[in-house]
Amino acid sequence: METMIEPRIASEPSRMRELEEKLRDLERRLAHVEGHVPEDRVALIVFSGDLDRVLAAFVIATGAAAMGQQVSMFFSFWGLSVLKKENQLSGKTLFQKMMALMSPGSSKGLPVSKMNYFGVGAKMLRSMMKAKNVSSLEEMIALARELGVRMIACEMSRDVMGIKESELVAGLECGGVASFLADSLKSRTSLFI
Amino acid sequence: MSQPFDKLLDARGLNCPMPLVNARREIGKLEPGQVLKVAATDRGSVADFQGWAKVAKGVELVGQETEQAEGANVYVHYLRRTA
Repeated sequence: METMIEPRIASEPSRMRELEEKLRDLERRLAHVEGHVPEDRVALIVFSGDLDRVLAAFVIATGAAAMGQQVSMFFSFWGLSVLKKENQLSGKTLFQKMMALMSPGSSKGLPVSKMNYFGVGAKMLRSMMKAKNVSSLEEMIALARELGVRMIACEMSRDVMGIKESELVAGLECGGVASFLADSLKSRTSLFI
Repeated sequence: MSQPFDKLLDARGLNCPMPLVNARREIGKLEPGQVLKVAATDRGSVADFQGWAKVAKGVELVGQETEQAEGANVYVHYLRRTA
């Protein structure tokens, strides 16, 4: 049987080459497709510095991490307040000082997006959440770290607002748009909060 | 429909996303094939564990049931570590 097939294939070397070429092309295309399939990954931009929105971001982040997703959180502009441990004024321009004075010095000072009333609303929401045994924002941040959520501080907005690295909590990465997109493009879900 | 299980996680009184997060922690401590029983009072946990089992690798939702304890509903989930 083999002796019958082999001479036939050998007699059609051009057909054989054509098939080999097609196979190589398919392999190339498959590798390309495989390189573009989303990973088990979620990317969040935390742009807002509102307690309620930030809470939503952390519930999604910790939930996704628990579901086995790799989670990246990018903190930009008002979202940087979440990562602050204190406000420092020295070495800042006048506008940066004004901004620092009017921004929360840590996650504990975040306002709510509605009915804040100079912080009374935020305190009220926190106590309502405590009454319902929902974890506090600070507990969720700690939990997110424990679950391996990557936290990246946006370098550009940090620089513009004059927030120094010494004002932020430890253990953060810093990056720009490309570091967000590098994760986001591989993610199944990307959210802007 | 009580099922055999290897470990019990009491997530009663906890709210989203803590039952899920704690279950994830606990199931990681089990051997493949073992079953974790989660007791929660969060009504959302019923759909949450279904969603988790759909998405996560290495976890299978074996069964769910609702029990009554002290006049409150307790949502019970059985999860098997498959890998």
